[in-house]
Amino acid sequence: MSGIGLILDIAVTHLTSKLKQTSIAALGVMFGIGTYIIMMSFMTGLNLLLDGLVLNRTPHVQIYNRTDPSEIQPVEKYGIYQDDVHVIHSIKPKSRLDRIHNALPLLTDLRNDIKVNGATPQTTCKVFYLAGTNNLNGIINGVEVDEEMRLFNFKEYIVEGDAHSLIKRKNSVLLGAGVAKKLSLSVGDRVQVLSTSGVTYTLNIGGIFQSGLAEVDDVQSYVNLTMAQQILGVGSNYISRIHVKLNDIDQAVPMSQTIEDLYDVKALDILTANAQFDTGSDIRTLISYAVSITLLIVAGFGIYNILNMLIYEKMDDIAILKATGFSGNDIMLIFIIQALVIGLVGGILGVSLGYGVSVIIDNIPFVTEAVPTIDTYPINYDPMFYFTGVGFAIVCTFLAGYLPALKARKIDPVDIIRGK
Amino acid sequence: MSVILETKNINKYFYEPVEFHVLKNISIRLNTGEFVSIMGKSGCGKSTLLYILSTMDTQYEGDLFIDGENMSHLDNSELARIRNEKIGFVFQFHYLLPEFSVLKNVMLPALKLGRESEAIIKAKALDKLEMLGVASQAYNKASSISGGQKQRVSIARALINDPKIIMGDEPTGNLDSKNAENVFNILKKLSVEQNMSLLIVTHDLDFANKTDRIIEMGDGVIIK
Repeated sequence: MSGIGLILDIAVTHLTSKLKQTSIAALGVMFGIGTYIIMMSFMTGLNLLLDGLVLNRTPHVQIYNRTDPSEIQPVEKYGIYQDDVHVIHSIKPKSRLDRIHNALPLLTDLRNDIKVNGATPQTTCKVFYLAGTNNLNGIINGVEVDEEMRLFNFKEYIVEGDAHSLIKRKNSVLLGAGVAKKLSLSVGDRVQVLSTSGVTYTLNIGGIFQSGLAEVDDVQSYVNLTMAQQILGVGSNYISRIHVKLNDIDQAVPMSQTIEDLYDVKALDILTANAQFDTGSDIRTLISYAVSITLLIVAGFGIYNILNMLIYEKMDDIAILKATGFSGNDIMLIFIIQALVIGLVGGILGVSLGYGVSVIIDNIPFVTEAVPTIDTYPINYDPMFYFTGVGFAIVCTFLAGYLPALKARKIDPVDIIRGK
Repeated sequence: MSVILETKNINKYFYEPVEFHVLKNISIRLNTGEFVSIMGKSGCGKSTLLYILSTMDTQYEGDLFIDGENMSHLDNSELARIRNEKIGFVFQFHYLLPEFSVLKNVMLPALKLGRESEAIIKAKALDKLEMLGVASQAYNKASSISGGQKQRVSIARALINDPKIIMGDEPTGNLDSKNAENVFNILKKLSVEQNMSLLIVTHDLDFANKTDRIIEMGDGVIIK
């Protein structure tokens, strides 16, 4: 036993003979890393939940017709006035249809595209919900409910009843929770709606829909696509929006550009549609990192402090070891090994603590009107945090051990002995 | 008669708190097998000289030869190897590593040297402990034995690598007369029986008088 084996033996003896001190040092590391993991899991879990609230139900590309003024006015096309200044008053937008032109072939094209996960047609009609003498403004969306469920987690927002009822019965409706509350209706009841063309339809309530966004729940309901077309009194090719979900969200911008280039429609990508949301999400992420870096730095200083104490207490031993022929590098190695062992043990304990508390938080009930899809606090079990935690514990304890160990390496044993 | 240790014009200064010329042109010579003591009043620089001779203090001017090799230009890890292999050191206060067993304390320098297998080193260490009369404490923790025993164990440790020279900084300084006598006899025996060179700093006149030669120091110079 010589060289590294001997060094290791001395390091381990130091650690085990002062078990209490070693444990406290390791506990310091453990709490630092544990807190880091808990905070990160919880904060990013919450972020992901909020992101998911928007991203899961927001189509990557929305296709619709938009009414806006023509960019090129007829006078500009007229050759002889080309060089003149055009002054036109009261430009009116060109009248356009609500529906998407040639929607069915477009839909087929999209569904055949390999970049597209799925595309769903929607027909939107404005209606009044009739309640006695009151008329409530409302919007009814005609959807293909199976595809909506598959692509946009539609089922998560049905808080009562069954989304499939739209398929089973043609005149079934999934009523917005706000509407249901205002009209005192529940599943199984009937609701009358008045279309803009003046026809009244009676719909069976197959389920209650709650998105968590009050302004949506107060007006919106869902029916089958053909039912919506019937309310509007139009044919089966009348589709007012197409929602596209892509396999890769990063393709949303180029894809919407391509669609606009190929077809006479407006295509809105998710990044443009949710620009504000994106900013909020970025800032939340920034805060998470700021907090976690702070936590790690605080933990790092704690680790440094404890190890520093540990080494200064061993100054006499350093003198003896040096006097009996151990070199400065040997001494340094002894303390670095001790630091790394403390870091590793503390890191592993910290990961266990972090995971344990995360699981507990994950099981604490968290019921809120705004987010009907969850019932416990959100936790993000990203392995990244665990690797970062252990990695940081090791790097940090290495540095915390290295700096005083460097001093221990340099010191003349005689300085310690004379100090007596 | 061969020379084991020799110094040529060693000068040493302290700079804190004020500049102080602590050792002035020290030139001494120690032959193989000699048992020499260094005496002098407190503050005369005898311990400082011993630390320089033991290679632990490297801040000095002049030349130091141990076993014919000049120490003045070696770096710290080379000096550590020299201490490990050629010098046995006995301190006044700094005895043993408290966390380790008595046996392990004795074995450590030999394990570091790595010249022999662990089993042989262990047998040798037990042998040395036996010679110094502390074999019964071999498996006890170093922190649990008495002061006199600790000093004898540290002598055993100094001997483990069969060094060329043993240096002691008041090895009997805080022992009672019976234990001091005991330690002296052990050192004397080493000198006589194993032809070992010894250089001991002491305050104890009785101790010094029994050695082969006394180097007397005063105010940083050798008086005689």
